[in-house]
Amino acid sequence: MAANIPTNAQAQGGIGVSVPHTEHEDHLHNDEHHEQSFISKYVFSTDHKVIAKQFLITGIFWAILGGTLSSLFRLQLGWPEATLEWLTPVLGKWVEAGKLNPEFYLALVTMHGTIMVFFVLTAGLSGTFSNFLIPLQIGARDMASGFMNMLSYWFFFISSVIMFSSLFIETGPAAAGWTIYPPLSALPQAIPGSGAGMTLWLVSMALFIVSQLLGGVNYITTIINLRTRGMSMSKLPLTIWSFFLTAVLGLLAFPVLFSAALLLIFDRSFGTSFFLSDIYIAGQALPNTGGSPILFQHLFWFLGHPEVYIVIMPAMGMVSEIMATNARKPIFGYRAMIGSLLGISLLSFVVWAHHMFVTGMNPFLGSVFMFLTLIIAVPSAVKTFNWLATLWRGNIRFTTAMLFSIGFVSLFVSGGLTGIVLGNAALDIQVHNTYFVVAHFHLVMGSSAFFGLFAGVYHWFPKMFGRMMDEKLGYIHFWLTFLGVYLVFLPMHYVGIAGFPRRYYSWTGFDTFSQFADLNKFISVAAILAFFAQFIFIFNFFYSIFRGRRATENPWQSNTLEWTTPVVPGHGNWPGAIPAVYRWPYDYSKPGAETDFIPQNVPFSQTQSSNMPYEREMAD
Amino acid sequence: MTALGILLVLVLLLVVFGLLFRLQILTSIFSGSSNREIGTSNRVNAILFLVFLIVGGAAFAWSFADSFDAMNPPIASVHGHALEKMFWTTMVILGIAFVLTQVLLFGYSYKYQHREGRRAFFFAHNNKIEIIWTLIPAVVMAALVFAGWKEWTRITGPAPKDSVVIEVMGKQFGWLARYPGRDQKLGVVNYRLIDASNDFGLDLSDQSSLDDITFSSGALHIPKGHPIMFKIRSRDVLHAVYMPHFRVQMYAVPGMPTKFWFTPTLTTEEMRAQTGNPKFTYELACNQICGRGHFAMRMEVIVEEPEDYIAWLSQQKSFSSQNPEILANLKKKAQDQKTIGVTAPVGPAATAAVQSATPASL
Repeated sequence: MAANIPTNAQAQGGIGVSVPHTEHEDHLHNDEHHEQSFISKYVFSTDHKVIAKQFLITGIFWAILGGTLSSLFRLQLGWPEATLEWLTPVLGKWVEAGKLNPEFYLALVTMHGTIMVFFVLTAGLSGTFSNFLIPLQIGARDMASGFMNMLSYWFFFISSVIMFSSLFIETGPAAAGWTIYPPLSALPQAIPGSGAGMTLWLVSMALFIVSQLLGGVNYITTIINLRTRGMSMSKLPLTIWSFFLTAVLGLLAFPVLFSAALLLIFDRSFGTSFFLSDIYIAGQALPNTGGSPILFQHLFWFLGHPEVYIVIMPAMGMVSEIMATNARKPIFGYRAMIGSLLGISLLSFVVWAHHMFVTGMNPFLGSVFMFLTLIIAVPSAVKTFNWLATLWRGNIRFTTAMLFSIGFVSLFVSGGLTGIVLGNAALDIQVHNTYFVVAHFHLVMGSSAFFGLFAGVYHWFPKMFGRMMDEKLGYIHFWLTFLGVYLVFLPMHYVGIAGFPRRYYSWTGFDTFSQFADLNKFISVAAILAFFAQFIFIFNFFYSIFRGRRATENPWQSNTLEWTTPVVPGHGNWPGAIPAVYRWPYDYSKPGAETDFIPQNVPFSQTQSSNMPYEREMAD
Repeated sequence: MTALGILLVLVLLLVVFGLLFRLQILTSIFSGSSNREIGTSNRVNAILFLVFLIVGGAAFAWSFADSFDAMNPPIASVHGHALEKMFWTTMVILGIAFVLTQVLLFGYSYKYQHREGRRAFFFAHNNKIEIIWTLIPAVVMAALVFAGWKEWTRITGPAPKDSVVIEVMGKQFGWLARYPGRDQKLGVVNYRLIDASNDFGLDLSDQSSLDDITFSSGALHIPKGHPIMFKIRSRDVLHAVYMPHFRVQMYAVPGMPTKFWFTPTLTTEEMRAQTGNPKFTYELACNQICGRGHFAMRMEVIVEEPEDYIAWLSQQKSFSSQNPEILANLKKKAQDQKTIGVTAPVGPAATAAVQSATPASL
C-alpha cells in the first residue's frame, strides 16, 4: 500500500520530461469568441465534443433499429406457428401468407449483428467517448486533427446511409450472417440478399473502415502528443489507456477486414477465385477453382476477434473510472489494470482461429489457438478481481452510472466464463454455432458493452449537455435492463447446451430441437420487454438535454481533468490556460486529505496533510 | 377499431407516465431531496442488489435444475461421453468462479454502500494478492487446456484402419450420402460432372466408382460399435455436419474435403428403449448458415447392429447400375475418342480427360 502508484522517479519524470503542450499554445485557441454558423457549429463541426454527440445520436438511432430487428426475429422464434399478418404494413412482401420469409429472417439476423457490432458498439461507443473524453481528460484543446475527426464522422455517416438504404432494396439486405462467409455471400444464386444488398454492405463497410482509421489515427496521435504538462502516461486515467489501446487494435485489425472485403468484391464482380472453388449451384458448375472459403474466415476473424475487444475495452476503461469515482476509492491495481489491457490487446491478435475449430482447419492449429485463447482469460480475470477489490471497503454512491458499472462487471463475468468452454477446442465441437455461443457473446460483449455505454452516458451527460439526467428514471431503466438481460441470456445457455443451432428460422422440423418451445417463448417475451425498457432511457436522454436539472462543474466530485472545465465547455475546452497535472487520477479518500477527492490538477504543495512520504519531496 | 383503441390506451398510458414523472420531480424539489447528494435511493439500490443476488440466484438455480434433463440429450458415441464429462467438470469450475464473483460483487455493493461519515479505505494496490489471483486462474486454465488438448488430439487423430468410410455431402438444401461399395474405395468425383441425374458428379470412368452407392434422400445408415469415418464435402456453399447425439460437428466446405470420425455406441432401437420414446431418431442437422432452407436441412441417421447394417447395405444398388445410361454414354464417348485416335483414358486419369472434354461451358 505504501508503494503507491506514481513512484517518485516517474512522477518527477512526468513533470520534467513530458511537456508536449507548450505554453504558447494556451492562448491561441478558445474559438468561442468567433461567431460560428449553425452548419459549422453543429453539422460540419471540428469540435471533438460536437463530433462525439453526433456519434452518440447516430449510435442511438442504430441501436433502436438493431433492437427492433431483434424483436422481429424473436417473434418468429418464440411463436413459430403464429401468423404475422399484422406486420405486413411495415414489412410488406417479406411477410408471405402470414409467415416471415425465411430469407428475410436471415437478413434480420445479419443486419442485427452488423448494426450492433459495428454501428452501435464500435462507432457509437468508442466514437462517442474516445472523441469526447480524450482531449478533455488529457488536457488538450481538441483532437490533433479536428478536420480528420470531422471526416471520420462523415465517412461513418455516409456508411450508415448506405447500410440503411440496403434495408429497402428489392432483393433485401445482406443475409449471409454478419460474418458474411463466402460462398454464400459471394453468390446471388445462393441467397437473394447476396445480390445488391451484399454489394451495399461491402461498400458501406469499406467506408466504415475508412472512418475507423481516420478516427483511430487521430486518437493515438492526440494521446501521444497533446497531453498537458505533467500528464505522463502513468498518470492517464484508465479510460484513456483503454481508448488508446482500442485505437491501436482498430488500426491494425480493420485494414485486414478491408482486404477481405476487397477480395470478396473481386470474387463477386470480377470473376476472381480467392474464396470460391468447385461450386455447382442453381444447375450450373461455376468456373472458379482453387480458392478457399476458409481463407476468408482467417481474414475475417483476424479483424473479428480484436473487434470484440475494440467493443469491450472502452467499456472496461469507463467502468474502471466510474467505479473508482463512485466507490470513492482508488482503482485497485492501476498498473495491473494497464498491464491486463496490454495483455488483452496483444493476445487478441493471436486467438482468432478459435472461431474456426471445426471448419476443417488443421487440428494442430486448433491446439495452438486453444492454448492462446485460454491464456487471454487470465488478464480478464485480473481485471474482474481488481474491480471487486475496488468496491471492497469503499463508500459506494449508487448513481445510475455506478449501477450500470456494477451490472457491467456482473455480465462480463457471466458471459466471460462460458468463453472458457468455447475456447476449448474439444468442447467447441458440441457447442459451436449453437445458442450457447449466442448467449455467451451477447452477455460478454453485447450486453456488457451496452452497459458500459449506458454508464458512460449517465456519467458524462452533465459535461456533454450541462444538465443532469433524471436519476429515478435511470434506476428504473437499469433494473429493468439488468433483469431483462439475465432473463434473456441465462435460459439461452440451456437451449445452447441442448444443441440448438443458431440462425435457424424454426426448430420444429427436428425432434432433437423441439423441446424448449416454452423457454423460447419466455426468452422472446423477456427480450421484447427489455427492448421496450430502453425507451425510458431514450426519453430521459432527450428530455434531459432540454429540461434536465442544471449540472454543476463537477457533479460527481471526480478527479479527472474534464471536470475542471466550465459546466458546458466551449470550443477549446478551457477558457484560460490548460491546467497542469500533478498526480494520478485516483486520489479518492486519501488519508489526511480534507475532502475525499483530490483532482489531478491540485499540486502536492496544497495537500501537505495527505501527501505520502515520497510525495512530500515533490511538494517543495 | 381495436387498433385505434389500443393506440388510445397507449397514448393515455404515456400521458399518465409523463404526469407521474413531473410529479416525482416536483415532490423531490419540495421535499428537498433533489438537493441532497445521497438520498434514500442509495440505500434502496443497495438492498435491491442484495435481493437480486438472493432471489435471482435462487431462480437461476431452480430453472437450471428444472431444465437440466432437457438440456442433456442422450449421448451415443464413445468420445461423446468423454466430452460430456469434461463439459460438466468445466462447468462446475466455472460455476464456483461464477458464484464467488457474483456474491462478492453484490455483497460488497450492499455492504459498502455509502454511509454518512465513513471514509473509504485508501487501498491502491497489493502485489502479493495480485500475483496470487493472476496465478490461480493461470493454473486452472493450464489444467483445462491440457485436458482439452488431450481429448482434442484423440478425437481429431487418425481414424482406425477398419473404419467404415461414408461420404456426406451438403447442398442447398439437403444432405447426400455415398458408400464406397464392395471395393471399400470411394470413386473419383468431379464437380463439373454434377447434373440432375448425377448428384455427386461421380466419374464412372474410374473403376472404384462403379460400385459406389449413393443416396440423394432418405436416411443414413451406420453400424453400431464400429468407428465411422465421415468424409465431408459441399457442392455449393458452406454447410456443417452436426449430430448433437454423437458430439459430431464439422464444416462442409466446397473445394476442401473435411473429415470426422466417431464410434456410435447405441442403436436407434436401443436408444428408443432407453429414452422410452418410441419415435426417437438420430438427426443430422446443418449448422452453418447456408440460405433459405438452412433450418430444414435434416437427415435421419439410423444406427443398426453391424449384421443388420450389412444386410441393409447388401440390398442397395450401386449408382452405376441404377444409371446405366451414364455408363453407356461414357463408353460411347471413349469409343469415339478411340476412333479418332485418342487412347481411352483409364482410371482416375479419366477425370482430367473428362474435365478437359467438358469445358466450363457446362
